[in-house]
Amino acid sequence: MKIIVPVQLVPDLVEELVVDGSGTALDRDSLRWKISEPDDHAIEQAILLKEKGGGEVIVLALGLEGVEDVLFTAAAKGADKLIKLTGDFEGGFNAHAMARAFLPIVKESQPDLVLTGVQTHNGMDGAVGALLAEYLEAPYVGYISGISLAGGKATLRKDYPGGLRAEMEVTLPAVLGISSAESAPRYVPISKVRLVMKTGKIEDRDAGGFDPGGAASVRRMFPPEVTERATMIGGSAEEVAAKLAEIIKEQGLI
Amino acid sequence: MNQDIFVVIEHVRGQVADISYVALAQAQALVKETGGKIIALLLGSDASGISWDSFAIQARNLAADSAWTFDHVALGEFTSEAYGKTLAGVIKEKPPRAVLLGDTTVGAELAGLLSARLGLPLITSCMNIAGGTYTCKICGGKMMVSGDLPMETVLVAMIPGGFKVEQGKSDKAPEVTNLPVRDLGGLKVAFKQYIEPEAGDVDIATQKVLVGVGRGIERQDNMELAKELAEALGGAVCASRPVVDQGWLPTTRLVGKSGKTIKPKLYIALGISGAPEHTEAVTGSEMIIAVNKDPAAPIFEMAKYGAEVDMLDLMPALSEAIRKVKGG
Repeated sequence: MKIIVPVQLVPDLVEELVVDGSGTALDRDSLRWKISEPDDHAIEQAILLKEKGGGEVIVLALGLEGVEDVLFTAAAKGADKLIKLTGDFEGGFNAHAMARAFLPIVKESQPDLVLTGVQTHNGMDGAVGALLAEYLEAPYVGYISGISLAGGKATLRKDYPGGLRAEMEVTLPAVLGISSAESAPRYVPISKVRLVMKTGKIEDRDAGGFDPGGAASVRRMFPPEVTERATMIGGSAEEVAAKLAEIIKEQGLI
Repeated sequence: MNQDIFVVIEHVRGQVADISYVALAQAQALVKETGGKIIALLLGSDASGISWDSFAIQARNLAADSAWTFDHVALGEFTSEAYGKTLAGVIKEKPPRAVLLGDTTVGAELAGLLSARLGLPLITSCMNIAGGTYTCKICGGKMMVSGDLPMETVLVAMIPGGFKVEQGKSDKAPEVTNLPVRDLGGLKVAFKQYIEPEAGDVDIATQKVLVGVGRGIERQDNMELAKELAEALGGAVCASRPVVDQGWLPTTRLVGKSGKTIKPKLYIALGISGAPEHTEAVTGSEMIIAVNKDPAAPIFEMAKYGAEVDMLDLMPALSEAIRKVKGG
């Protein structure tokens, strides 16, 4: 079983988000990149499948700042091969561009399964997995929270709206969009990641230029205009608690 | 291309999704500006019995000029493959100005597939289109993006927030036309069955008081504090995605895009930032109290009361205060 996991880095939302001088994108210098959470789950799911049934896990990511940490952490968890995409992405990239950039590497790897995070919080032109599946002419199922493999097919647990889940079956090779792995992404101590950094290898691949076609052009990026805001209650936790208890009582809720 | 707007109607077990009415309301606003007709696309299977009948009844209140139905056994339940093939066919044949879908676990899957297959531009997380300008909410609700609507046929996956569900309903039933479904052989994706939630758990969709916990809960041990608070209030605990992903609460307690929609009288959101995936499912709450250490957390924009304290300090204090007020 060969599994390839193309992952994306996204701005860490814990940091303050600043719009750059162009007014159409986030200021790259003031943000910190981290692995997109569903992609972290996609890596975990790939490792879980490898542990159960054997195989090879390839993790692939764009060469943004912090990508080495992401890739070596994946190796410390059990990924076998790491690939970093280089190229001219200073002009920006989107899901369509990423899917096209991942395509040749995914194609030549001839995987049985492609696992991707089902969405990124900063995307506005679709999921890389769905796009990649179409370019590969492979089936796609998204919002997956469980996979079992048997006889060239995968049985999937898919999230439907309203908290409903369904069992689906897909013929491999297939691309799957992961919401969450069967268990939470494992923790690896930083010492283990450092060890892998010393011995591990990242293969660089040139993606050339990025073709963003398929997304709408952006005229303006801005923080939401706040029209309404909560009445803020100040003080210590005890003071806040006492005031909230009064409010809840006044509303007749207790 | 004409100015018509296609709206893909989502349905699960015969129930039309609220987001489809939101999309119809958006379509109404668009045709007011540019003309054209609204065409609701209904995919399903007569063979699925009850769900199709119930669906047909609900189709009568869709705020659309026409409803085009596609009836095929492979369309009985959603799969992006069979739905994608059918929709790609009709979009190619009669290219509209825009195709509106829900940015949901169903619509988002379809939207990406259609964009790549048909080479059409796609806008997701879209709240509103007005005056030829689209507006999206991204980065967990902390950033907005706007731009010109592409000139060609555009695919748009809508999130709630721009329009009300009621705006997408009408007393006048659309004119229904049944269209043939072609070429659904050799499918590689099959729907097998719905997985019923474990019986016996609380149904958070019907609770009057809910204590919601997010990433700020930090550790599993701290879940006890949330349970204690919910107990003091006579309510139940629910959570956003990160908490359920950790396995600290079952998926039946998940609130958001892949979880349930809640409508309690009181929702206390603790350590929840307020990403659209969560907030879209809590807007029906009568009163929201938000507690978060981050003053920029978008949850404060929808809450009635807020406090910038650590939820871990607040939970035991509030449980105590509630018990005191109740006792007094």
